Amino acid sequence: MLRFVFTRLTLIIPTFVGITLLTFLLVHAVPGDPLEILAGERGITAARHAQLLHDYGLDRPLYLQYLVYMGHVLRGDLGLSLITHAPVISEFTQLFPATVELSLSAMLFAVLLGLPAGIVAAVKRNSVFDHGVMGVSLTGYSMPIFWWGLLLIILFSNTLGWTPVSGRISVEYDVEPVTGFLLIDSLWSDDPGAFRSALSHLILPMVALGTIPLAVIARMTRSSMLEVLSEDYIRTARAKGLSPFLVVGVHALRNALIPVITVIGLYVGSLFAGAILTETIFSWPGVGHWLVEGINRRDYPVLQGGVLLIGSVIMLVNLGVDLLYGLINPRIRYRR
Amino acid sequence: MTVQDERLFEASPAPPGPLREFWNYFSANPGAVAGLAVLALIVLLAIFADAISPHSPIATHDDAFLKPPFWEAGGSLVYPLGTDAIGRDMLSRIIHGTRYSLLIGSIVVLISLSLGVVIGLVAGFFQGALGILVMRLMDVILTIPGLLLAIVIVAILGPGLTNAMISVAIVYLPYFVRITRAAVIGELAKDYVTASRVNGASTARLMFLTVLPNCLAPLIVQASLSFSAGIIDAAALGFLGLGAQPPTPEWGTMLADSREFVLRAWWVVTLPGLAILVTVLAGNLMGDGLRDALDPRLKR
Repeated sequence: MLRFVFTRLTLIIPTFVGITLLTFLLVHAVPGDPLEILAGERGITAARHAQLLHDYGLDRPLYLQYLVYMGHVLRGDLGLSLITHAPVISEFTQLFPATVELSLSAMLFAVLLGLPAGIVAAVKRNSVFDHGVMGVSLTGYSMPIFWWGLLLIILFSNTLGWTPVSGRISVEYDVEPVTGFLLIDSLWSDDPGAFRSALSHLILPMVALGTIPLAVIARMTRSSMLEVLSEDYIRTARAKGLSPFLVVGVHALRNALIPVITVIGLYVGSLFAGAILTETIFSWPGVGHWLVEGINRRDYPVLQGGVLLIGSVIMLVNLGVDLLYGLINPRIRYRR
Repeated sequence: MTVQDERLFEASPAPPGPLREFWNYFSANPGAVAGLAVLALIVLLAIFADAISPHSPIATHDDAFLKPPFWEAGGSLVYPLGTDAIGRDMLSRIIHGTRYSLLIGSIVVLISLSLGVVIGLVAGFFQGALGILVMRLMDVILTIPGLLLAIVIVAILGPGLTNAMISVAIVYLPYFVRITRAAVIGELAKDYVTASRVNGASTARLMFLTVLPNCLAPLIVQASLSFSAGIIDAAALGFLGLGAQPPTPEWGTMLADSREFVLRAWWVVTLPGLAILVTVLAGNLMGDGLRDALDPRLKR
């Protein structure tokens, strides 16, 4: 196990270097140099330009500039936003809980719906329910989520008036940020309306973001369940006279879950990226929305720092999932 | 199929040709055939877009802003699916959009498939330092979620349809590299490769003429699935304002333009997205069918 943990940990370093190279290139490969971007449309004189190039160290060789950048990154200095002049890292940490809250609830939604749907579809193979689940999940898998979010708004916010269109909570509630997760913070606050407001704001983005994982989990659960159900030990369990519920829910499910957990792990990371689209549609104040605004305003420090931070978080989440998976499934850690 | 079945199959007289066999498997899957039919229809729409469309996709009509489709009050058959905020005919724009979506899907697949095959072949044939370096690089690309990476690359290259296609193709590259390399390593151990090598075949000949044709099945499956995924991802970039630029009738860009009318005019939002969904769904159905027909190991 220790060896497994060690190899996983050493893989992190080249990945992190790769991400920093990418974000470094992001600013240095754009047409024009960072100074022209800073100066904007007003432009600067050639002499001032040369002076600034020297001051910022931009006249040094590229690899030296990269090392300097790397030094800043490792000290947690990601520069200041060109628009708000606030440190990129503090903007990120402020917005990040909102993205985590959205992604985790989306995953919870996908698992709570996808697992039972996949199990029942496998048990009742070729039934109407099975075909229904498979049809819906293939549609969900093919769904452009940015459009799906807009459809949800048209139906539930506009036509039915059940949920708000955008934001995290109504302006009239002022919830003390303790955990940063509004759902929990508002539950602790004395105002019951605050929790309801936070929940109603969360539902649509959660469904939009959770749809693709839901589709994948339902499909994966079904196929892995089908495979396990045809194994000999299941026949033995049935022959022993165990109730169908015990056979499926305990004996089969334990083994069927292994590939499903992999898929869930893989999707946790990509949910943060999926949140970019979902947060844009619902004006959810998280890091995805912030990143898109950074792109639109050509706020390069925000874009550079945001991509680096999101990439690193996903890298760490994937590492955690990998290690956890090695713990659950011994076959993985002995294979390499 | 069990080993026994396979033996029976080999022993039966005059087995069907590979194409015939493929079609037998493929046509047994109604979803795959439906997907193929829908895609064929979309190809026809794209070819004859100019002849079918009632209007020009970019011409604006001052007398018809946000007209609803013909079955709603206030709609007319002049603009069967209504008009957008500056009076452009929705039906014509959606029909012309097929051209962009098919183009995007094809070019993305073409770039990532051709580059991926070459890189994968090299990584498979030279498994020393070069192969390891290539695969580590691919691992790094795979760690960063596709959409995020595509956004970064477009931010580097500058927004636009061409750059959006290139960035999505780079995102898909690692999948093709990995599949090719895995298939190549599987084939290299086989006797026919050794025989060819003994016969004096050059490395390039071994790569492209001996080994590659035997690695095609998983690549075709991946290509068809990437076609659908590429359409969605390029549309997502268009939606974020990083892909095709207005007034191009690309479906994702149309959705971005229509966002502010989401509460007033459902048709400008619903129709382009529906077009994306139908195209991608058809592509995925066909991809599933191809996978079942070409690669029995991956069967659901």
